[in-house]
Amino acid sequence: MTAAIRTAATPRRVAAGWRRVLESIWFAVGFPLLLLVVWGIWATVAPQKFFPDPVTIIRAFVDTWIGPAFVEDVLPSLARLGVGIVLSIVVGVAAGTVIGLVRWMRELLEPTLEFFRAIPPPVLVPILMLIFGPQDATRVLVIVAGAVWPVLLNTIEGVRSTDSVMTETARSYALTFGERIRFLVLPAASPRIMAGVRQSLSVALILMVISEMFNNSEGLGYRITYFQTNYLIAQMWSGILLLGLVGVLLAAIFGFVERRVLAWYHGIKEVERA
Amino acid sequence: MPDTLLEVENLKKVYESSTGVVEAIGDISFTMRRGELVCIVGPSGCGKTTLLKCIAGLLAPTSGRIELDGVGVTSPPPSMALVFQEYGRSLYPWLTVRANVELPLRHTALAKDDRARLVDDALRAVGLDHAAGSYPWQLSGGMQQRVAIARAVAYQPEVLIMDEPFAAVDAQTRADLEDLVRTLHRERGMSILFVTHDIDESVYLGERVIVLSKSPTWVQEDLPIDLAPERDQIATRALPRFTELRTHVYEQIQRAKRGEAVRPSA
Ligand SMILES: Nc1ncnc2c1ncn2[C@@H]1O[C@H](COP(=O)(O)OP(=O)(O)OP(=O)(O)O)[C@@H](O)[C@H]1O
Ligand SMILES: [Mg+2]
Repeated sequence: MTAAIRTAATPRRVAAGWRRVLESIWFAVGFPLLLLVVWGIWATVAPQKFFPDPVTIIRAFVDTWIGPAFVEDVLPSLARLGVGIVLSIVVGVAAGTVIGLVRWMRELLEPTLEFFRAIPPPVLVPILMLIFGPQDATRVLVIVAGAVWPVLLNTIEGVRSTDSVMTETARSYALTFGERIRFLVLPAASPRIMAGVRQSLSVALILMVISEMFNNSEGLGYRITYFQTNYLIAQMWSGILLLGLVGVLLAAIFGFVERRVLAWYHGIKEVERA
Repeated sequence: MPDTLLEVENLKKVYESSTGVVEAIGDISFTMRRGELVCIVGPSGCGKTTLLKCIAGLLAPTSGRIELDGVGVTSPPPSMALVFQEYGRSLYPWLTVRANVELPLRHTALAKDDRARLVDDALRAVGLDHAAGSYPWQLSGGMQQRVAIARAVAYQPEVLIMDEPFAAVDAQTRADLEDLVRTLHRERGMSILFVTHDIDESVYLGERVIVLSKSPTWVQEDLPIDLAPERDQIATRALPRFTELRTHVYEQIQRAKRGEAVRPSA
């Protein structure tokens, strides 16, 4: 019994890890800084009416969003976005697990689901608004109606492709249904589920904006449209900047969760590459 | 026949897939007594894994009967544990070694402490107590195989079925694990069905060795191993009788591979 366990981290690799973190932060921030500088120079040399320089936009950003607008527009938007994403994941994973496990359901539903997934979600927005009225729940519904499909279809695929030997192991040790879901089906599907969630996030952000462009009086999307139609160009760009930042924040949260949920998966990949 | 545990009668298994029809098992019949340790050997691809999966209730036979304790097997029996040949795929990579071994015990009526003790004992028995917190993919193939064995041992089955469980294990560990199997059999009275491709191992471990023919498979020989129940890696393997038996089994397998043995018409 001599074989050694491959240790995950040694002190030297920890130090190297810190250097890598600093390096990647520098890389992450460096390019946007460069872009800002180029943009600033360009805007000074050749001023554009619809594309002001960065200082103007950042000033507009501070004036527009830091203050009551944050509570009146940004927070409600983010709340609907959050609820929409969580609902999409819960509904997508729950329905996907059931459909993935039951063969006849899969065969019955899969073509229909592909059809719904193929519909570009924005076209549904006016219809849903008409049917359910312009209220918070409708806007959340719009987000879910678009963002649920990647999670749902990926979960079905992930559940379906669970390794047969792992399933036989669960059967031969008579694991209960709950244990099978918790310790086999969901973890086995988790790489696919996370891939679906990643796609859903960007769809959800787009739909959050679009859902607010129709007869609304608050929200990020409403504000940006308002600035646009009233020729408040710098304010409009500051709104777009804010959307970009929300996207970055979503990606960061996703990355944080994914590294934890899929630690085993990345570990296997690392071992295979070594 | 006193106290029959397992009865396999005219078992036949044909795989039907989109690529064609494979008759894996032609006609296998044998019985096993309670507390017996039976080894199964046969040429590669003769259907040993298929036979075990039918007995474990994971595959439905095409025809024939399998009875455990006089009851037909249609789904996995609760008192049985199976160590899969594909050990790497039978461990869950998202669970630690300890959690993998503990998983089948979660829904049993055991108290938490008893469960932990069983897991510790099993891991110690296969020499992996130091690796309890690791993940399976951090271990070598032989170590993974031992985790799968520990999981079966901790489950405390009445019937233990092992499909080439030591294939990836080094020689010294293999000798230790062989003695562990003998101990489980002798001290806990476990009934063990053991598939191996190693002829020496089958003679050293078994009270009986069943030699299977090549596909479509039938029982070519059912050989009692008349060695003393106390076996010792060095002394037993040095016995003239041991050499005779292993030579006999070896010749039978050679005949099986060449398809020379003629199936007695029933
Ligand atoms: N799921 C399957 N579908 C179709 N054919 C199969 C399937 N599983 C096994 N077979 C075929 O059945 C035969 C017996 O396979 P099996 O795995 O039982 O043999 P084995 O004796 O365990 O082989 P080995 O010694 O290599 O482990 C082989 O010819 C194999 O190709
Ligand atoms: Mg096999």
